[in-house]
Amino acid sequence: MRIGIDVGGTHTDAVLLDQDMNVMAEIKTATTADVTGGIVTALSTLLERSRLDRGRVSAVMIGTTHFTNALVTRSRLARTGVVRLALPATAALPPTTAWPAELVDAVRPLVRLCHGGHEFDGRPISPLDPGELKRVAADLAAHDITTVAISSVFSPVTAEAELAAADILRAELPHLRVSLSHQIGRIRMLERENATIVNACLLDLADEIVDAFAAALDTVGVRAPLFLSQNDGTLMDAEHTRSYPVRTFASGPTNSMRGAAFLAGLADAAVVDIGGTTTDVGVLTGGYPRQAGTDVDLAGVRTNFRMPDVISIGLGGGSRVTPGPDPRVGPSSVGYRLTEEALVFGGRTLTATDLAVAAGLADLGDRSLVRHLDRDLVRRGTAWMAERVAGLVDQMRLSADPLPVVIVGGGGILMPPDLPGVPEVRIPGHHGVANAIGAAIGQIGGEVDRLFLIGSQQSRDDVLDQARAEATDLAVSAGAVPSSVEIVHVDEIHVNYLPGNAVRVIVRAVGDLDLGRARTPEEAPQWATT
Amino acid sequence: MGYDLTLRDLHDLAEGAAVLGTGGGGDPYIGRLLVEREMAAGRRVHIIDAGELPDGALVLPSSMMGAPTVFVEKLPSGGGNVAAFRALEEHLGRRAHAVMPTECGGLNSMIPLMLGAQLGLPVVDADGMGRAFPELQMQTFGVLGVSGSPMAIASDHGDVCVITAGDNKRMEQLARALTVQMGGASYISDYPMDSAEVRRTSVHGTLSLCRDIGRTLREARAAHADPFDALTAMLAGTLYSLGVVLFRGKVTDVERRTVDGFARGRAVLRAIDSDDVLELTFQNEHLVARRDGRVLAIVPDLICTLATETGAPVPTESLAYGQRLTVYAISTPPIMRTPDALACFGPAGFGLTDPYVPLEELLPAART
Repeated sequence: MRIGIDVGGTHTDAVLLDQDMNVMAEIKTATTADVTGGIVTALSTLLERSRLDRGRVSAVMIGTTHFTNALVTRSRLARTGVVRLALPATAALPPTTAWPAELVDAVRPLVRLCHGGHEFDGRPISPLDPGELKRVAADLAAHDITTVAISSVFSPVTAEAELAAADILRAELPHLRVSLSHQIGRIRMLERENATIVNACLLDLADEIVDAFAAALDTVGVRAPLFLSQNDGTLMDAEHTRSYPVRTFASGPTNSMRGAAFLAGLADAAVVDIGGTTTDVGVLTGGYPRQAGTDVDLAGVRTNFRMPDVISIGLGGGSRVTPGPDPRVGPSSVGYRLTEEALVFGGRTLTATDLAVAAGLADLGDRSLVRHLDRDLVRRGTAWMAERVAGLVDQMRLSADPLPVVIVGGGGILMPPDLPGVPEVRIPGHHGVANAIGAAIGQIGGEVDRLFLIGSQQSRDDVLDQARAEATDLAVSAGAVPSSVEIVHVDEIHVNYLPGNAVRVIVRAVGDLDLGRARTPEEAPQWATT
Repeated sequence: MGYDLTLRDLHDLAEGAAVLGTGGGGDPYIGRLLVEREMAAGRRVHIIDAGELPDGALVLPSSMMGAPTVFVEKLPSGGGNVAAFRALEEHLGRRAHAVMPTECGGLNSMIPLMLGAQLGLPVVDADGMGRAFPELQMQTFGVLGVSGSPMAIASDHGDVCVITAGDNKRMEQLARALTVQMGGASYISDYPMDSAEVRRTSVHGTLSLCRDIGRTLREARAAHADPFDALTAMLAGTLYSLGVVLFRGKVTDVERRTVDGFARGRAVLRAIDSDDVLELTFQNEHLVARRDGRVLAIVPDLICTLATETGAPVPTESLAYGQRLTVYAISTPPIMRTPDALACFGPAGFGLTDPYVPLEELLPAART
């Protein structure tokens, strides 16, 4: 039995899945300001409802927006040191270049450019200067700074400089917590460094959140290993989260899409998530969301994280309707005030939900309150919504082959049983808790993203084999069942204007979580800060 | 007349430069940040028309050479472009009056803006490519008789070399070899010219054109108007005169291979509501667009891949399965279509066997 929990801004949802991944129970509770309290309520309600022996819970998976929210609201961010190993290169664009001023004020980074770093082919740019790094350590101590982000030029090619600098700093400051850029991001200095600094700022909060989750499990008497959802839909264990909180960013949309596809029994589908204000459409291939090709802004900070490719429009259950010969729905919405403002709830605003009730698509509130609506308006309005959603699905399609659609979210009632041009529409059971399901079914992954040189010593096949083997090893060492590991993504990006054939290879491997190997938080060793 | 670049102009110029990059030329983002820092420090970027140069003045171009992938990882020190520029001045025994771009498409649109601000020199509103090209000899300057060398090349490590080459192609090869030793990216000043040569051999007004393209896209987005219609209307009044949507579709296949450091490949787009297929051939930049084997546009005319919803340029290195793109072609000015120009950077310059046919003559085929 495994439990999946989704901690959103408004709701905390929880589901219980048996070993064959059948949904045994689901609940929705309000998110509370007190982290432990919200999880305790969700867990104890779920366990009571299912009358399950706590000892039979083998793992708990949590998807959370805590860390994203901390960055967006610029609260609880620790003051952080930033060390870049690069001189004489890179001086024209120091760390936190192009950050929003408010975020710089919130983090107050202590920035030091130092010698070190490598060229693309592994030659050093300049040797590390231990004296320079010892002076940085003294500065950090003088400012009572206990976390530091270290980035080095081409560290995704060779991590040597970052590791050596971390050792020198820790020798001076044994309690220093260190985030290393090669463990956080990909090639492109500013974007990788940005994500590393954000990660470092969140380390203290990560301890607090993981402790609160562990305390919640303890309070309800569940002694099972704890995992958190990452942005790519895979899991990391709780101890890992203490070192890599930034990897939880954007796990929400990913979990929602994966949960939806799982519930519908489809690996390739478009997922339409209709909420109160917006509709998100994404596409799953092989059970994982297609990733966006563009850069991702986190609270105004540019990073090169991979995020799901999702398009959003302002259409939801609370969307306001503009009547007329060509009725329009949205983008403005009454949002969470739907149950006060919509006509069917005795309010005075004509909303998308009112059209759906009047059209007989849903039975909600008091039907008699929308009986007076013009039949033509209702027909045209509901048809317009269905066409808009079908149009988005069409935009996201990869080929001329039609794609089945899975609809989740409370606004699913707006959609008719058939969408124009869509072969199949499914609204699966438990669709209201798709996020928590997505967390519960999370697998374990490993990824390689580096520059390789193809030449006489290494053919293209050798390079790809090596990358596949490394990704598989990473997945297994992160806790995947070896026999279940599959390569889910291979990408080769040729690098222009370099000698020979420099290729950036990205390989992702994913496998099932090995519950036999997973440890409870108490059993796990303290995670090293590298 | 000359003008000082505003921050908003700079953002527009960077986006327009990515459009004229025709899929290559490197992302102007890092370059834009470099210029922003100069402006934030109170230094100004002053753009002048080639006609405003005093007679007999020395003008030195400035650009980066090498792999954009290196440039976005091993960020610049800020001193390399100054070092190359000063070394060439010293070699020539003269002070330069102004700096100028060699390549208005992509990242290299930004480097002379940064240098102009650093040195307090005006930047000439003209370049030698009118777009992006992969090699140093692919310039209207050289086509019209200007020697690329002596040129200076510098690294972030204090290395500076001056090259005097037998011809512009040899200059490219020598500078390329040095760039690799410098870590895969370098800063150069080449094609030293006097005012008359700049006026005679450059593509005029291209920095302002980049700014206007960026501004048109920004304003169309804000007004929820079709960015491509807006672009076509804007280009009609410029030296480039014609812009046209060749195709709309989704990327269904991308094939890449690296040959001698150049990313060659092809991308296939399929129309969303029909079985029409467009094939793009690229070598860093897009070279040819074909439908059913028929050429719709060919280098040096510009073939741009832009996101269908926003008009945002999508570089060839980011092309990926499933992207929704509009292929937009722009005709090049007459100076880029002479027989000598076509021999240098037309189809033959890239080893293509298709003859050059101007975009406006191919247009009837594109519209059937």
